Amino acid sequence: MRPAPGGSPRHRVFVWLVALAVLHALVVFAGVISPYAPEEQDRDHAYAPPTRIHWIDSRGGFHPRPFIRPWLSLEGGLGEFAEDPAQQIPLRFLVAGAPYRLLGVIPCRLHLFATEGARISLLGTDGYGRDQFSRLLYGGQISLLAGWLAAALALLGGTIIGTAAGFLGGWADDALMRVAELFLALPWLYLLFALRAFLPLAVSPLQAFFLVVGVIGAVGWARPARLVRGVVLSAKERDFVRAARGFGASEGYLLRRHVLPETASVLLTQAAILVPQYILAEVTLSFLGLGVPEPAPSWGNLLASLQQYSVLASYWWMCLPAVIMVPFFLGYLGLASALQAWTGPVKIAGGGSGSAE
Amino acid sequence: MRRNGTKLARVCLLAGAMGIFFWSAGRAPATAPPGGHEDPRREAAAPYQSEIGRRGGRLVAALRSEPKTLNPLFAADAPSREVIGLMQADLVHINRASQLTEPALASSWKVSPDGLQYTLELREGLRFSDGHPVDADDILFTFQVLLDESVHSPQRDLLIVGGKPIAIEKRGPRTLVFRLARPYGAEERLFDGLNILPRHLLETPYREGKLAQCWTLAVRAAEIAGLGPFRFKEFAAGERLVLERNPYYWKTDAAGNRLPYVDEVVFLFVPSADAQVLRFRAGETDMITRLSAENFSALARALPDAVMADAGPGLEYNFVFFNLNEPGEKTPAVQARRQKWFREVKFRQAVSAAVDREAIVRLVYQGRGAALWGLVTPGDPRWLDAALPRPARSLDRARELLRAAGFSWKTESSGESQLLDADGTPVEFSLLTSASSLERTKMATLIQDDLKQLGMRVQLAPLEFRSLLDRVFQTKEYDACVLGLASFDADPNTDINVLLSSGAQHLWNPGQARPATSWEAEVDRLMEQQLAARSFQERKRLYDRVQEILAEYQPMIFLASPHILAGAKRSVGNFHPAVLEPYILWNADELFLRGTGEKPAP
Repeated sequence: MRPAPGGSPRHRVFVWLVALAVLHALVVFAGVISPYAPEEQDRDHAYAPPTRIHWIDSRGGFHPRPFIRPWLSLEGGLGEFAEDPAQQIPLRFLVAGAPYRLLGVIPCRLHLFATEGARISLLGTDGYGRDQFSRLLYGGQISLLAGWLAAALALLGGTIIGTAAGFLGGWADDALMRVAELFLALPWLYLLFALRAFLPLAVSPLQAFFLVVGVIGAVGWARPARLVRGVVLSAKERDFVRAARGFGASEGYLLRRHVLPETASVLLTQAAILVPQYILAEVTLSFLGLGVPEPAPSWGNLLASLQQYSVLASYWWMCLPAVIMVPFFLGYLGLASALQAWTGPVKIAGGGSGSAE
Repeated sequence: MRRNGTKLARVCLLAGAMGIFFWSAGRAPATAPPGGHEDPRREAAAPYQSEIGRRGGRLVAALRSEPKTLNPLFAADAPSREVIGLMQADLVHINRASQLTEPALASSWKVSPDGLQYTLELREGLRFSDGHPVDADDILFTFQVLLDESVHSPQRDLLIVGGKPIAIEKRGPRTLVFRLARPYGAEERLFDGLNILPRHLLETPYREGKLAQCWTLAVRAAEIAGLGPFRFKEFAAGERLVLERNPYYWKTDAAGNRLPYVDEVVFLFVPSADAQVLRFRAGETDMITRLSAENFSALARALPDAVMADAGPGLEYNFVFFNLNEPGEKTPAVQARRQKWFREVKFRQAVSAAVDREAIVRLVYQGRGAALWGLVTPGDPRWLDAALPRPARSLDRARELLRAAGFSWKTESSGESQLLDADGTPVEFSLLTSASSLERTKMATLIQDDLKQLGMRVQLAPLEFRSLLDRVFQTKEYDACVLGLASFDADPNTDINVLLSSGAQHLWNPGQARPATSWEAEVDRLMEQQLAARSFQERKRLYDRVQEILAEYQPMIFLASPHILAGAKRSVGNFHPAVLEPYILWNADELFLRGTGEKPAP
């Protein structure tokens, strides 16, 4: 096989992985990178535009340490702000601030940057004066984790059911695949609505998160199940599997040693496709108010305020959560296609694949 | 929602974006409200002085949905009432700008000294919009139909005073006498909104029991008539409804020109608030109302040519209330424990003290609203209890109250403080809002943050409006709820169904067989007394006391009231939005278009 443009498939997988790792690091270390807690309100600065960062003061002097000027609310024009020319607040780096838990466990107070005396909002503030930059990063934690967990759940379910169907064959295969087809045919967005409406009235953000993940994962197993079944069906008829069976290998051994490893490449590619899809599912649910409730941020409920024409028209920085999703999705889809290019020929090679490993 | 028992209550729950409004009127003078709580940004409302207009042209307005009916007997939704308001007229009308009653179809009225008898004199030469003359029999017919139980008109309740239907008697070709079983505090405002029906068109259907099938949207123009400034012309389903000038309208302007000025009023059906804004921006509609503060400022920026009017606080009041129902056998233990906190007056007072009303006005209404400490808004200055305390937000006071009620705090491992009740249970509850109301959802988010500072953990539960009502009125499975009510009449009677403990809309504990608390019993007594009181001073004294009781016991924690915001093209003359519904079309007969059409005939 000829290497695709941009390097060998293996190299491309690596490049996409690095890109995704960098993006994810931003979100995983949201606590350090963002200056504030995502729920913290600053009621005097609702819908304030992004804070400008200056290096040059009004007299033309250059400052090696950048500074900001706080927003002054203009009297009369609500939601309009002007910079306070009298103040220069220097940015400070690696300082202690609002407490948070790094990776959800380690109590920590360190922040990459902060200001004293006025708040810095790199990407503006929302309708409650909460820092959009902090909310965007923290929101990513919820949306990405939801995507990951839901994908893991769907793949786990899909693998178990797909393997069972493919390996057992016969009526079990038929029954399981009909159920899978039923799930594929379901209008799942509406199903999610219905499911969510049945759930308890008041759920904490954590409960809501797991509900969303559970619902998406529970609905999503069908497609991976069909794929896995196909791989298992072809794998169990391969010569080396038949040979192993002939030598008296038990079914469990065959499954573990020869059949399941064959599904790995399919599952990896599927994961790279499903994660962004499920992130989007979470975003959709939260956008419609069925996901993680206020005040916890997620990319979906950050975008929910855009349902109002006036917000969409007046505060462009409220659209940024939509923009931030693009590189993530691009990363995942790029990875998926690179993975396919890398592992694809192996599958096509069919019976001779044993030697390719 | 069914109104059972209590009469005269015409308060309406705000159904979020769907807003099911009713309207009637009030009569308090539109002067600046007492006290220094008024928002300084509010433009001083100049008294309405109508201008002599030009004849001709068509006025285009938008409705949120199609009217359900054109029959005034059955109209309950806002679009129907808005359209019917232009086609029909009442005996005595309340001027939406002055909030005072004025003669309409009745040119004068007298009240007997005992307050039990009203004598109305019908205007001379009245004709329906099809040219048929009006006489006292039409009025007798109208009230006969309204009072007929088999008709099921929602307005029937209004005509039962002191448990008995009003009796009507004809004293002459144009003189009518109305007899009440008990004096009625609001007096002649009773007649506002009771539209006089044409006997010559409706008597046969009435006899045949087919009134409900009359005057639907499928009506032909020849089959419908009224006494309002406009009459039905055509209806295109899903698209528009067109009214044309009623040539027999009885009103004239100061120069003696017959009103109305415009030839046609067109209602377009535009389903969402944002779509209405876009249509107005595009110049497709001439007027717009029910604007959110954000849309109001966005339009003011985008259309420097339009007249954007802030009429000041309306009569809508938003509040939080807790579930104060008696826990029953089926009530889950968790909810019963929570209800014990809610029934503690100091708990509710603490919540009230912790709520940042100014922030709500600023962030939810962009300053175009008024903070509230009682159910009477500054839009109704006549009934507002000026002496009502308006304490500023104080977390210290809130903590003091909670401590006095046996609550305590502990510091969590995360460093946050958590409120505990006397048994050591963490104080945690959910707060319902209508998911379709962005404004109330925003209020709830602010309250959530306010109460977090008291160590209360509040979870928001935005619900579809119907299921919210179901929880509040039927299953009673909820902790607390943010809701808005709109009185559509600047009079205490409009809120009676909310205030009486037996009322169906006594939200926190509806339909009680007997008052659950002594203060609810006192409110019941005061409301009954004001209903029959003869003088305004006496009614006001009684109603002030009601407001004070509510402020003390906080069954509803009042938050804020939005301003009535509207806009029109500069070419629309006599545009003067009122804080009572219909906000912009109340003077439709006097609206005119500058620079179009001919000069009125002399």
